[in-house]
Amino acid sequence: MAYNWNWGVFLQPTATGDDTYLGWMFYGFKMTIALSLSAWLIALAVGAVVGILRTVPNKLLAGIATAYVEVFRNIPLLVQLFLWYFVMPELLPEQLGNAFKQTNPILQQFLASMVCLALFTSARVAEQVRSGINSLPPGQKNAGLAMGFTLAQTYRHVLLPMAVRLIVPPLTSEFLNIFKNSAVCSTIGLLELAAQGRQLVDYTAQPYESFIAVTLAYLTINVVVMFGMRWVEAHVRVPGYIGAK
Amino acid sequence: MKKNIKRQALAALLAVGMLSAPPLFAQELTGTLKKINDTGIIALGHRESSIPFSYYDDKQQVIGYSHELMLKVVDAVKTELKMAKLDTKLMPVTSANRITLVQNGSVDIECGSTTNNTERQKQVSFSNSIFAIGTRLMTKTNSGIKDFPDLAGKNVVTTAGTTSERLLRRMNEEKQMKMNVISAKDHGESFLTLETGRAVAFMMDDALLYGEMAKAKRASDWVVVGTPQSFEAYGCMMRKDDPAFKKLVDAALAKAMTSGEAEKIYAKWFLQPIPPKGLNLNFPLSDVVKALYKAPNDKAFD
Repeated sequence: MAYNWNWGVFLQPTATGDDTYLGWMFYGFKMTIALSLSAWLIALAVGAVVGILRTVPNKLLAGIATAYVEVFRNIPLLVQLFLWYFVMPELLPEQLGNAFKQTNPILQQFLASMVCLALFTSARVAEQVRSGINSLPPGQKNAGLAMGFTLAQTYRHVLLPMAVRLIVPPLTSEFLNIFKNSAVCSTIGLLELAAQGRQLVDYTAQPYESFIAVTLAYLTINVVVMFGMRWVEAHVRVPGYIGAK
Repeated sequence: MKKNIKRQALAALLAVGMLSAPPLFAQELTGTLKKINDTGIIALGHRESSIPFSYYDDKQQVIGYSHELMLKVVDAVKTELKMAKLDTKLMPVTSANRITLVQNGSVDIECGSTTNNTERQKQVSFSNSIFAIGTRLMTKTNSGIKDFPDLAGKNVVTTAGTTSERLLRRMNEEKQMKMNVISAKDHGESFLTLETGRAVAFMMDDALLYGEMAKAKRASDWVVVGTPQSFEAYGCMMRKDDPAFKKLVDAALAKAMTSGEAEKIYAKWFLQPIPPKGLNLNFPLSDVVKALYKAPNDKAFD
């Protein structure tokens, strides 16, 4: 196959003259990290609340939480993204929608992507939290209540300290997933890592170099996340449970 | 011709001599033509929403100006290889993946709305140009946008991976226009961005803008304005360094253009109602394209 390798392409000034192609990649790299981390924080917070609600005795609250999880877990991520970016502004009152659409497009794309990734991931985090809580023997909850704790106190002091530590390994997967899923956001024009890689192909006609660079960048992110989460796992593991020494 | 007969006779002799060796005829063919001859399949790259060049109609059939010309090439290949049956494999491509798909062999030839430029020539080879466009703006009739300087400080959309994107970003940088450039995934999404009011204008090849207009709910709401920022020649893409295939493709396209066939195809797609909505683009044959039909060539404009 006739292909001209040119790794020097990254140091060339871009066709628009504002940066080098390496600079573009780095911008995308930063965008991917900012997007994924902010979405992850929201996902953790929302997911924890929804996951806990799925296990409470109150049928209504548990039902609402279940509905939430099913909605966000069962609609494809790409469809959700299009709903947030294209459909949502049309459902808002016209003035508000138009005001949103006139703001800086990068901000619009970032917000839509962040909300979309966060809620999609939160449904998955909620399932982890629920399974963590449910994996504890029912005696623990009963013991807490028998000690005179309220339900909230039982969750706070007995159930959650155990459950959260048990679910660190599956949460690592979700954390890794959110970085990989963020590539979907290139479809609405957000210039994150995958989009910059594609843009590099368009501008330089050097697809292999740019896709290799993008691959290495994602790999770097995920190796760092993996080691970070291993460290967390080692520090919080519960003696006597899986993964403990 | 005489030479050919001699050669074939020689080939027959040799084939008898070395029964295990492949026939010499197959050895003479190289590159894409050999691949097509061996597999009986030609892989055609087409676009999904480049109206009226290459797009799906409402029955999901690929149609369009470039597509018809590509089918002329397929006929020529079939004749050249003396094949009774040549299967075509249709492969949808996007602005972003088309070069890679041609290079890695997924697609043998791509005729859509691909600009022939010197940068791309480093990776792929281009046939005789089949069309020429200018890059302009589409905007709402009442938007007040008349030309490119009016875009300062506004949101402007263009399709990712196109020459327009490059020109727009460069203009933004050089003239400090403070535009917000939105790069949408394909022309359909670009138009959606314009239609929903996210952007005041859509910069693209003029013919494609007329194509998007043909799809719009109310075509009369939209107008194409502005001084063309560049002129570009569209060509069919093929793998680089395959002179035999390029020669065949060029000859087939040149024949269609000089014989007046291309002009008929042009009239069908640009001057008559076309699917999916039966709208007429009313895009008269430009002098540049007329010159191209008269003297087919594979020169890039930049």
